[in-house]
Amino acid sequence: MKKVGAWFKKQNAYFLVGLVMTGLAVMLGILSFFWTPFSTTSMSAAERFHGPSLRHLFGTDNFGRDIFSRVMQGIGTTVIVSSLIVVISAGAGILIGAITGYFGGILDEIIMRITDAINAFPSILLALVVISILGSGKQNVIFSLGIVFAPSYVRIVRSEFIRLRDADFVCRARLMGVKKLRILFVHILPNIWSVFWVSVTIGFNNAILAESGMSYLGIGVQPPDASLGKMLSDAQGYLGRAPWYALAPGLTIVWIVLGFSLLSEGIRRKEAGKR
Amino acid sequence: MKYLVKKFVTLIMTLFLVSVLAFLAFQIIPGDVVTSILGTEATPEREEQLRQELGLDKPPVVRYFRWAGSVLKGDFGDSYRYSKNMNQMMPVAELIGDKLPVTLLLAALSMIFIAVIAIPLGVLWARSKNKVFDVMMNMGTQTAMAVPSFFLGVLVTYLFGILLKWFAPGGYISYKEDFWGCISYLVFPAISVAIPKIAMTARFLRNSMLTESGSDYVRTAYSKGASERRVAYFHVLRNAMMPVVTFLGMIIAEIVAGSIVVEQVFSLPGIGKLLISSISTRDFPVVEILILYITFVVIVVYFLVDVLYRVIDPRISNK
Amino acid sequence: MKKKFSITLMALLLVAALGGCAGGKSSGNESSTAPDATQGSQASVSGQGTEDPNGNKDSKYGGKVVVGVQQDIDSLDPHKATAAGTKEILFNIFEGLLKVNENGSLICAVASDYSVSEDGLTYTFTLRDNVKFHNGNKVTAEDVKYSLERASGLLDGTALVSSLTTLKSVDIVDEHTVQVTTGSANLELIYSFTTAIIPAGSGEAEGSNPIGTGPFSFVSYKPQEGLVVKKNPDYWQEGLPYLDEVQFKIVSGADTALLELKGHSIDLYSYLTDSQAEELKNDYQILSAPSDVLQGMFLNNAVAPFNDVRVRQAVCYAMDRDLANQFVVGGNGTIMSAPMLPAMKDYYVELNDVYGTGANVEKAKQLLAEAGYADGVSFTVRVPSNYEAHVQTAEVVAEQLKDANIDCKIELVDWNTWLEDIYKGRNYQATLCGITCDMTPSYLTVRFQTDHKKNFINFANADYDVAYQKAAASLNLEEKAKYYKQAQEIFVKEAGTAFIQVPPITIAMNKNLSGYKFYPIYVQDMSTVYFNK
Repeated sequence: MKKVGAWFKKQNAYFLVGLVMTGLAVMLGILSFFWTPFSTTSMSAAERFHGPSLRHLFGTDNFGRDIFSRVMQGIGTTVIVSSLIVVISAGAGILIGAITGYFGGILDEIIMRITDAINAFPSILLALVVISILGSGKQNVIFSLGIVFAPSYVRIVRSEFIRLRDADFVCRARLMGVKKLRILFVHILPNIWSVFWVSVTIGFNNAILAESGMSYLGIGVQPPDASLGKMLSDAQGYLGRAPWYALAPGLTIVWIVLGFSLLSEGIRRKEAGKR
Repeated sequence: MKYLVKKFVTLIMTLFLVSVLAFLAFQIIPGDVVTSILGTEATPEREEQLRQELGLDKPPVVRYFRWAGSVLKGDFGDSYRYSKNMNQMMPVAELIGDKLPVTLLLAALSMIFIAVIAIPLGVLWARSKNKVFDVMMNMGTQTAMAVPSFFLGVLVTYLFGILLKWFAPGGYISYKEDFWGCISYLVFPAISVAIPKIAMTARFLRNSMLTESGSDYVRTAYSKGASERRVAYFHVLRNAMMPVVTFLGMIIAEIVAGSIVVEQVFSLPGIGKLLISSISTRDFPVVEILILYITFVVIVVYFLVDVLYRVIDPRISNK
Repeated sequence: MKKKFSITLMALLLVAALGGCAGGKSSGNESSTAPDATQGSQASVSGQGTEDPNGNKDSKYGGKVVVGVQQDIDSLDPHKATAAGTKEILFNIFEGLLKVNENGSLICAVASDYSVSEDGLTYTFTLRDNVKFHNGNKVTAEDVKYSLERASGLLDGTALVSSLTTLKSVDIVDEHTVQVTTGSANLELIYSFTTAIIPAGSGEAEGSNPIGTGPFSFVSYKPQEGLVVKKNPDYWQEGLPYLDEVQFKIVSGADTALLELKGHSIDLYSYLTDSQAEELKNDYQILSAPSDVLQGMFLNNAVAPFNDVRVRQAVCYAMDRDLANQFVVGGNGTIMSAPMLPAMKDYYVELNDVYGTGANVEKAKQLLAEAGYADGVSFTVRVPSNYEAHVQTAEVVAEQLKDANIDCKIELVDWNTWLEDIYKGRNYQATLCGITCDMTPSYLTVRFQTDHKKNFINFANADYDVAYQKAAASLNLEEKAKYYKQAQEIFVKEAGTAFIQVPPITIAMNKNLSGYKFYPIYVQDMSTVYFNK
């Protein structure tokens, strides 16, 4: 117990607040896979548009469904989808960025042009393409947004690799005859983590916002499953009658994103303090 | 000069690539524009006739090069969906030309908000030694950045439109009819666009200024006896503004390329809304040109920022 | 024998078509029986306390109204326009020889009278002589010939209006009379003469803007923003229209529309959901009437599990249509079961008792067990994502079907994918959508024939085909109705599709406006709308 207390004292406020906010959200999201206060789909004509109360913390929606339960489910969906988007895009970013940054040349030129093209390409059109090839559904939203976000990681990783490829320790490793792959991923990669982590947290936020945005535009998580963006878009039509319906998912998104931002700010400050 | 040529070639290559990708995308996504236009009750002859009128009976490769050829000649083609009058379809250039000012006005207004609010805020924040203010700004900007644009749009509509009745939601007035009326409506979507960007810019400026104030020349200025105020405004700010200019450039590119969601929420007939509706109606000529436009804007703005950087700061070598 | 036939035919035409032409209770129709009835000029009509020519006491001439519409215009050419959202607007600009009135019957418009030969092959139209185009020119027999030939494909081989393809020739008898010959006798053809009359040669040659004979003339159109029309001062119906200008404004979605209504930037909007109407009822007049849409869960009869009639029936039994009606349209929908608009009273047969309007879970489970799905069955329903009401209905239905061990997954598709993949490609198990009908009884029934190219549900039943063909061929109203009813009964018994309801059309209208008329088809007639004094 003492150890825990000591650990807490070492952390800065940003880190702690961020940890508590995201922790709470993630826990609710995970909990939703096993239990929600009410069914997320069962409808009740008698309980349509009830305002927030003790029974329904966030009120009920147009089908009389419990919004709190749906927000819980929405967090689960949104967090998982966003994490996977980050994993895919960051993974692709490291691989492509490392290779192009280290070797340069014509391959670098081609890949940079492709990332430029993807950057400028409307993500909705891209999502439509992916969905029409693979069908709609969560996994394909993850896949298409993974592609959309990859270029930003490619750029960051690439510029770090360009910066480090002629550094002393890399040159020495090269002279010692270390294999190229080993240089890339064992020698250089650990040196870019701090830069990389910051972009991952930002990317995580962007992924949450993009997933919500996609669902908001009707591409993405399919009804009756809840996602925060979809709930928000459904709720817009009832803004005057049931403002809580829009506020609940909207503020939840803000909560999660803010939590992650604070967490990353905390990490950044901790890193800065170490130096 | 060599640098310019290289950038130009890159621009052309990217544009080409993007246009091919968009073309391919249209080959892949389901939805036949002929059915989309004629609906389900049209006669087969009429469908065939329209297919010929639009040149869709030709193989894809021929169609692409025909399209690319006429674009190179400056002819952007006609929309498949929008008619100008009974016999003529709307030329894409005219269609976009009509929507562009809306997006540009929105971009300009948003930029004004960002510049007028974010820069003083960032300077104030950097110079403040008040810890409470620092935490407040930190939390405030983090929160502002955490609000998704569509939610912000909904909140602004609800607060200013429905509760306070400062503007009529959806009551967009064309800039041609009433310029100031149009501006007074655009203020609200511009607020929605600007809020997160203000937060980002202020943070960015503050960090940049803090980094700069640790530099040698600042210490030199102090040792020469310059007042703190003078140092802050004349030395630090000027140098700290450079990365901020880059950042603002990116924001401009983003807004000029069309704020899709905000235009949708506020039903602004701008570029972003046109893009969405053209994709959903499979209006290929419009989508192609819009994508090229967006690519062009993004690349050119980045390029200009790059050039500006080099002009201001000769230390960056012209490799 | 021959004489008897002709009398029956005339009786049918009177019921089906001539109803309005012979004069009715509504406004301008009187002038059609007495075309040259001289009434006071329009300017003097707006005197205080007196009735206007249409019998309205509190009406005021003039004013500008903004009407919110959902879809952008697909074409300004009345013959090429196919989208319901376009036709609803063009109804104000263009008119045919005949015109549909608010009861769904036909009234004379550009024509003042017409007759049909005994064999049903020749239609003779007499033109009204005070009808002017918006460009000021009088409508001539030449214009009528041109318009009909252009629409039917006689002009250049490309038919623009599919129902007119049976026309063989259009001949000018004299300057007031046009005779149309058709290849096959079909009583329902008369509805196709609502096809717009446009100036001769205007379709391809000049015509920088759409010119018609309707109560309003075209002013301007801007893609994605809307269309503006102004009063046609020469309109042939005395005292109409009231308004000086109407702006049809495109709003991007129901949610945006609600915000715009709340902000009072539109005066009239007609596709409200029930809860939107609820939200607006203090600020607007809320009016409601049945629409012309048949909503249902359309089942693909050719693929598993719906290639088994028992599974289709099980879905029909398991659906709680009362609840769907309650949830999605606030109980204002009209529950129906057969492929015909209930508004077509002569032909529609009410078959809601076959499967009941509530859920019959036991019966559904029993049928599934018989079909070999005792442990339940699973399928995907694909729903066009742009139709909020259908998406909501799908959510409600999916939830109900759970009780009967039917796992119904929802997949949203965009509208063009729906058209290509589902409607044309028939690549689906079930789709929940609505079909907009016109006023001909064959509109839906024709396409469920086994080999019909629009039979997108792959319904296959020989008895149905026979019944439909007899109905279509019949020149006797009673007989026609009998066969149509028979066809519907077969269809429902076979559970070709799980029909749900005719959703209501609910409009919100500025409290200062009156005179709005609902039509059984999808149009916005602004000519009778006026501001209260």
